[in-house]
Formats: sequence, structure tokens, C-alpha cells
Amino acid sequence: MNPTRVILIGGGLAGLMATIRVAELGHKVDLFSVVPVRRSHSVCAQGGINAAKNLKGEGDSTWKHFDDTVYGGDFLQNQPQVKGMCEAAPGIVDLLDRMGVTFNRTAEGLLDFRRFGGTLYHRTAFAGATTGQQLLYALDEQVRRFESEGKVRKLESWMFVSAVLDEGGVCRGVCAVNLRSGEVRAFPADAVIVATGGIGAIFRQSTNSVACTGSAQSALLQQGVHYANAEMIQVHPTAIPGEDKCRLISESVRGEGGRVWVPKTPGDKRDPRTIPEAERFYFLEEWYPKYGNLVPRDVATRAIHKVVHEQGLGVDGKPMVYLDVTHLPRQMLDVKLGGVLEIYEKFVGLDPRDHPMKVFPAQHYTMGGLWVDNERQATNVPGIFAAGECEYQYHGANRLGANSLLSCLYGGMVAGPAAVNYAQNLETSAEAVSSEVFERERKRQEEIYDKLRSQEGSENPITIWKEMGETMTRHVTVTRYNKDLVAADAKLAELQERYQHINLADTARWGNQSLHFTRELGNMLVLARLITQSAALRNESRGAHYKPEFPERDDENWLRTTRASYENGEFKFQLDPVDTSLIPPRKRSYKS
Amino acid sequence: MAEGKTIIVKIKRQAGPKEPVRWEEFEIPWRPNMNVIACLIEIAQNPVTRDGRKTTPVSYEANCLEEVCGACAMVINGRSRQACSALVDHLEQPIRLEPMSKFPIVRDLAVDRSVMFENAKRLRCWVPIDGTYAIGPGPRISPERQQVAYALSRCIFCGNCLEVCPKVNESSDFVGAALLNQVRLFNMHPTGAMHAHERLQAVRGVGGVQDCDNAQNCVKACPKSIPLTESNNDVNRQALLDAIFGWMFR
Repeated sequence: MNPTRVILIGGGLAGLMATIRVAELGHKVDLFSVVPVRRSHSVCAQGGINAAKNLKGEGDSTWKHFDDTVYGGDFLQNQPQVKGMCEAAPGIVDLLDRMGVTFNRTAEGLLDFRRFGGTLYHRTAFAGATTGQQLLYALDEQVRRFESEGKVRKLESWMFVSAVLDEGGVCRGVCAVNLRSGEVRAFPADAVIVATGGIGAIFRQSTNSVACTGSAQSALLQQGVHYANAEMIQVHPTAIPGEDKCRLISESVRGEGGRVWVPKTPGDKRDPRTIPEAERFYFLEEWYPKYGNLVPRDVATRAIHKVVHEQGLGVDGKPMVYLDVTHLPRQMLDVKLGGVLEIYEKFVGLDPRDHPMKVFPAQHYTMGGLWVDNERQATNVPGIFAAGECEYQYHGANRLGANSLLSCLYGGMVAGPAAVNYAQNLETSAEAVSSEVFERERKRQEEIYDKLRSQEGSENPITIWKEMGETMTRHVTVTRYNKDLVAADAKLAELQERYQHINLADTARWGNQSLHFTRELGNMLVLARLITQSAALRNESRGAHYKPEFPERDDENWLRTTRASYENGEFKFQLDPVDTSLIPPRKRSYKS
Repeated sequence: MAEGKTIIVKIKRQAGPKEPVRWEEFEIPWRPNMNVIACLIEIAQNPVTRDGRKTTPVSYEANCLEEVCGACAMVINGRSRQACSALVDHLEQPIRLEPMSKFPIVRDLAVDRSVMFENAKRLRCWVPIDGTYAIGPGPRISPERQQVAYALSRCIFCGNCLEVCPKVNESSDFVGAALLNQVRLFNMHPTGAMHAHERLQAVRGVGGVQDCDNAQNCVKACPKSIPLTESNNDVNRQALLDAIFGWMFR
């Protein structure tokens, strides 16, 4: 065996799983992360991970999991790979269990499972209400073990800025910047796996972590990597609105019996606890009797928007609804939901065991992402692979809750060996590539930084960021109108122009966070425009993408992947057919 | 700014490890539900001190902003804690922000806590598995035991327990409560327990469990309410038993 070197960009669940798989096969890994990997955004996942282990005697099966996922995604996924993920899920949960994840248990000592949105089965394994944290820690620990054996080198506080492409357009490594010293350096590798997660910062007030900017995806897009279904943005129905971020209140709260309601009287000023049952409107239960509070997220979010914006029933006349667990036993709440209730308690100052929580939808996830082929997680650029939220292939037009941790892990499991296989079959390894190829890219990146540092003007990066976030949240989330999308794109173009006149208050090299943020902001603006233009293009309603002017799903014209490439500052779109060979598309409705 | 309510923030600043320390004071507009992070973003948008001098945005670490990633620990009004969950309306003003003092400074409020991860390596804080291939489920664990382990495994490596520990200082290598708690966690897992001796041997080494002098500051500083003193005592007991009787079981 010829040991190869694989670069991993991102140390969340997908990146760590890919790292483990590559190291396990005996190859070297350079693992890049903007934060110490244990602090990656995967820690924020709360509710759990889906796996049809059928331990509750309900007759669940991996096929039913597959069917729920495809139906939940409104049939926009290429199906074979989704089937593969659902079939692998029980084994993945076993693996996590062996790694020591502190999953909740039944009296018999087996894994416990709870219900989640978009399914009628108890299919979600969970560790309290901080499952993502527990999973990330288990993988972080396995990687640390490989690190101590010299098989993994961690490059924390290094930020990916670009891929190094040779004359033939083959990826030979990456350029990264050290967030402390400011040094820009090129790193050779035989294959690169991108696992850079979500893009929440583009919407500013999202449920995502600070590091989820989408900058890496955008940089790759600008270098020729295709991006698919950019318009498919998930807005989670239940988050605490916040100044610096919106804090997620997990779907598992409803999975364990939490109920969503508003007072029937508009602007009802009473303490919610004193409002009698008969005067409460449990709109999800009423409108969707079969799934009730556990309809998929796109459906729940639109229902909340309807009740608040069309029917004027928001709590205190504000855009908020109640998420109520006060009727549930405290001991159960502590054991199964402690972590998430604690967040509400700490950030709002009220105990949700006694007070109904006030929540509202917030940007949460991107179903769209870097385009990858079905079997290998490979992008269209040779040598670049992608896994996790940053790629597009598992969730179609809407992701089901507790499928994200699964798709991260499965994508990472596939991408690791696929990258190794690719690297081993290369005719020339990265080491044999002329150093000029690396130096040229390094210089190009250095120049971009120099320009940012020296540019004159009166614009501030945070101001531009806030305006971008406002525009995106307002026009490119739950309800989309074509004329608004056109206006939003024009606004983004204006922000791109103003970006050229940012005057950085800090021009130091050492620890200059605003410099690196500004670098990312430029990339965020490009990706924001792609999301907006993709949304304008798709004239139908499917999953999370809802256009009142085109209220129906249109399979004839739009059962297609919108696949974008970037050429000379413009996006080019192609519409790919979707592989629906396993489950024929049917009408999606959660009413009965 | 005259008409609206404002917030006064004093920040201890340092451009780099070898640069001089200075304090800067900012006055920023108040809005409902602000936390310390929101103040720092506000300053980045308008990096001007209270007396009108232009300055640079403040460097600090942050990621999840919901107290689960551990990144944004700093000393706020003299207390080491997470900045995201430090709500402005609950803080006395002027709000004083300082970097943690027990870790090397990077810049301003950002410090380098990699020593914690290095110690996790040294103490072998993982469950060694044979491989990622499908070899069936893990060991059965009772719900009671899971509850104990889960509480320990919520440690976010924020380092607040090290910051407040009198035994963590320049003349000591004490690994700190967070790491001893990790040893306890992995030693109680059925697979991890098979390798308890390796961890206990390491924990008896330099900077190990014997350095804890039971000041009990750690448990008060822990944002996740982890029973750290209990963990310290438990690991101490395990290390002692392993030293005396360990040979019988090998």
C-alpha cells in the first residue's frame, strides 16, 4: 500500500468521521479547523439521530426510514444513496454506542428511542437533549487517539481559503490562513475532503454557530466546484429569537409531548397558564391530526407563519407562539430534555417546566450544498470530496429532524475511503507536483489579503453583514415572491459593491479577527446571491421552498436538481433529472 | 447616544503575547436581551472608545453562543464564565472583561487552551474501539449508570474550573478538575474500564490527582453543574487503589 495524504477541511461530525476512516485505512490526515474541533457546530444538535432499529415493536424498518426521508424531502433526492444511508443507520448507531456515547437507555439497558418530526415511529436515539455534543465528543476522542499515534495532524485555528488546482484542473492541496499569525500557506495533499457544515451566518440570526459562514463552499464554487439546490433552506419552527443568534429549541421537545399553541383571542394579555384549554388554539394538532405537533419542519414553520402573519394570533401580538411542556412530568423532562430546557432557562430567564416557551422560526439548515456524485461524495473537480451539511445529496427539499447527524456520519464514512481510493489511483501524487503550482495559489491569496488590508473607504464589515442577513431572512426564507427575490439580488449586488470600500479598523497581522471575517464576508455575499437566484429560478413550491405565486409542486418541470456553476462572476444553471427509481413521487400531505 | 440607555464596558486589551496591556472603555447602545457577545459585535461595528478614540475590534473566541461549545470563556466582572450566557441586564456596570489568566494569551480576550486537549491525550481520554466496521452493538448499560455518565460527559472544556483553581498556576502542572472528570468518565464505561490502569497510571504522574487540594472552587465555576469535586475524589480513590492492589488484576 502506498500511504497517501488526505486533507480534511472541517472538524465537525462529518469531518471527524472521514478522518477516522482515512486514518484507520493507514493513511495520513491533515485536519484543518477554524476552531478546536471539539467546539464545532455539531455540538448544537440536540434531539438525536435516526436509525430504524425497531426496538419498540412497531414494525419499523430501514425501508420505512428511507420512505419517510424521501417523502419528507418532497422527492428531490437521488434515491439510491439515501437508501444506503438509511440502511447503514442502525450500524452507525451501534458504532457510536461502542465509542461510549451516553445514549439514554431502557430498563433493559438497551438504547432508548423517541419520536421526531415526519415519522410515526420511535426511531431517534438520543443522549439527553445534547446528542450532537455527545456524538461529536465520541468522535473527537477517537481522532485524538489517532493523533496520539501520529496518524492525524490537527491544524486548528487554520482557515481554508482556496483549493490548489494544477494546470489540468486537478486539486493538489489547499491554501489556508493561520487565524493567529495571519500566515498564508499552501499544503499539498492527494485528496481533499470538505466538511465545512452550514451557512447560517449568511442569514445572520440563525441557529448556527459563528463558524458556519459557508465561506469555504463559496470559495470552492468560485474555483469551479458545482453547487446544487442552493434555494433549499430549512427554517426551523421553534427557536428563541435573539440579538446575537436564535437559539434552537429542539424538535425532540415535541417528540416527547410538547404542544404548540396560541391564544384564540388576538393579543390576549393573560398569563398563558391561566388561559383555559378551550381558549387555546393548538393549530398543528387541529390542521394535521395524524402527525400533530410532529409534522416536518417546513410544514410547521409555514403553519406558524400563517397563524402569526395571516391570522394575527401571535403571542402578545408579536411574531411568537407557545411551545408548551408544562403538562409533562418534571422527572421525564429532566432526563430526556434537560439540556435544551436549560438553554431556555439561561437565556430567557424563565423555567419552561413552569412557563410555556415563546418561540419563532429561524434559519437552521441548508439542504442544498456542494454538488457530489451519488456513490463517492466526489465533487465535479477531481480530488475534491464533500460530506455533511456542506453537500446537497441526502435531504432534498426538506430535511427530517435527526437525519442530519446521520447524514454527516454516513457521508464521512463514504467520503474517507472514496478519497483514499482516488488518491491511490493517481498517476502523479501531490508531492510530484511542481512547487510553483502551490506558490502561485499562495501568492494569489496573499494578494487578496493585502488588498483587503490596504483598501480605503468608509464601509464597515459588520454593517454589510447585518444588511445581508436582513435581506436574506426577509426575502429568501419561508415565503418567496419573485419580485422580492429580484430586489434582494440587487441589494446583494449593491453590498458587493460596497464591500470593495470596506475600511478595516485593524490592519495588524496577529489575531486580526475582523480581517478574516471580512474575507469570509466576501464569499458569503457570493453564496447569498446564488441562493437568491436559485430561489428565483424554481417556479414551484416544494418542501421548504414556498412561492405563493406557484403554490403547487410541479414534477413535470421541476423534479430537477438546480445545479449551478460560477463563470466570470455569473452563475450558470443546469437542471438535472432526479433519480426516483426506487419510490415513485406521490403527493405530499401530512393531514391524514 | 444621549437619549437612549447605554452600557459601559471596560475591556483589558493586549495586541499580542508580548505587547503591553491597556484598558479601554466603551459606551454602547442598550437593547433588550443583550449578552456580552452582542456588546463585542457592537464594538466591532463601531470600534471607537468612550472618549472618542478610534481603536480596533476586540479579539475573542466564540462559536455556538448557547453554552455548549465552551469557546467564549472569559473573566467577566471578576468571574470566569461563558460570555454568551452573561446577560447584560444581570451584570453590574461598568462591565469588566478580561482574558482568562491561567492560559497563554493570544490577543485581547482570546487565550490558548490547547493544554487541556494535550492533557486529554496524555490521560488517554477515549474508549478504545477495535474499528469502525460493523461488529454489533455496544455493552448494555443501566439507565442509572447512563445518567451518571451523561452528567460527566457534558463537560465543554471551557476551562473555567482551571481558571478558578488555586493549584493551577505557573509553578504547577496540575491537569485540573475537567481532566480528572474525564478520567472518571472513561473509567466507568465498560470498555473504557478495561484500560483504567493506563489512565490511573498517567493521573498519578506529574500534575496528577495528588495535586488537588480540595479548594472546591471548580464545582462552583462549572457552567454545566458537573459534580467535579466528586469526580476528583473518585479518581483519587481509584488511583490509590490501583497503586496498591492494581498488580493483582494484571
